[in-house]
Amino acid sequence: MSSVSPSPYPETDEKADKPKRHEWPLWEVFVRGQHGMSHRHVGSLHAPDAEMAILNARDVYTRRNEGVSLWVVEARHIAASSPSDKGPLYEPSESKIYRHPTFFDIPDDVGAM
Amino acid sequence: MYAQMVKSTGQGVKSLDEMDPQERAFQERINRDEKIEPKDWMPAAYRKNLIRQIGQHAHSEIVGQLPEGNWITRAPTLERKAILLAKVQDEAGHGLYLYCAAETLGVSRDELTEDLLSGKMKYSSIFNYPTLTWADMGAVGWLVDGAAIMNQVPLQRTSFGPYARAMVRICKEESFHQRQGYDIMMKMANGSDAQKRMAQDALNRFWYPSLMMFGPSDKDSVHSAQSMAWKIKMNTNDELRQKFVDQTVPQAEYLGLTVPDPDIAWNEEKGGYDFTEPDWSEFFDVIKGNGPCNVERLAARNKAWDEGRWVRDALLAHGEKRRAARVVAAE
Repeated sequence: MSSVSPSPYPETDEKADKPKRHEWPLWEVFVRGQHGMSHRHVGSLHAPDAEMAILNARDVYTRRNEGVSLWVVEARHIAASSPSDKGPLYEPSESKIYRHPTFFDIPDDVGAM
Repeated sequence: MYAQMVKSTGQGVKSLDEMDPQERAFQERINRDEKIEPKDWMPAAYRKNLIRQIGQHAHSEIVGQLPEGNWITRAPTLERKAILLAKVQDEAGHGLYLYCAAETLGVSRDELTEDLLSGKMKYSSIFNYPTLTWADMGAVGWLVDGAAIMNQVPLQRTSFGPYARAMVRICKEESFHQRQGYDIMMKMANGSDAQKRMAQDALNRFWYPSLMMFGPSDKDSVHSAQSMAWKIKMNTNDELRQKFVDQTVPQAEYLGLTVPDPDIAWNEEKGGYDFTEPDWSEFFDVIKGNGPCNVERLAARNKAWDEGRWVRDALLAHGEKRRAARVVAAE
């Protein structure tokens, strides 16, 4: 990977020269919808610390029984692949069709496999 | 709509041949209905336009809490109060989803807030009208949220991923808002003579401001043409307004209320109602800041922001102190 960026969001050109403001940190919110499912990203919010982030996430993202468990992580801790790496990262898997079970013809006589 | 009169490049829409290769690849992705994500390349004007549009939409949700907040302590029953409270809380949530979507474009939350408070950024004209009686809570839910849904349902397919995803969440919740409004209207319209008069009065006052929410006719607007090419606007203002009128007139008839437009008539040929356009000079006046409640709304937001500053600062200082303590403990 040529460019892993730790900053979640790009700067706009017009704002780039302005000083950073003193805002509550940005948190990404993950909700487990039901027992047995994995947590899924639902959005983000600002909060001064993890405890408040959980409470805010409860109010913002689970007002209608959307979840049974919450994760919050500060956005600056998320490293993301760059869109320009899409080719080098994912193309190699396209040619490896033998990774899929349907690649192999097994005679019906063999039975369930 | 919740984002009215958003300006784009001001130039006509470029054809694919006129674009440079990067721009053309971007437009082709949009034409294929691929979503654009925050870290993808995008034209500066697309980014700027979206920040304006999503920001204005978010501000509308936040300011939109004020006319209804006015009635929380005066709701006629405990159940109505709980419902209204839940609705106003939803509006705050919608504002937050949208601010987050705008932030992925590189603008900060505080910048957006300050641009609202200074009057640099706008919010929907509809929230500059007062809510004078309880029936207004019905009319706002039925008409204002109804108009909002007309606009927001197609925006679920908008080209910018975070905006489209915010819209999906919002649309799921918005339907509750409109139905609770219509439920209030049914109660009032079937109530005493005084209640029925109140319901009619609310419809009279909110009809034209609701039609204005879609913005002036934009069939010849270069801004709209560009926004539609970018798929950050999916229908013309006139299309959506017509759809809203066609949906709402029968609903008013069901209530036994009269839409305050003597020229409303079904037009078989176009398969829709003919109706009178709102007074656009009033619309431009309200946008300019001269509506009945512009000053009050901005003053309320400024007061909340200024008086909340010490809380925001204290919580931030507390959070930083605890983080620092944890780092020391770990070393």
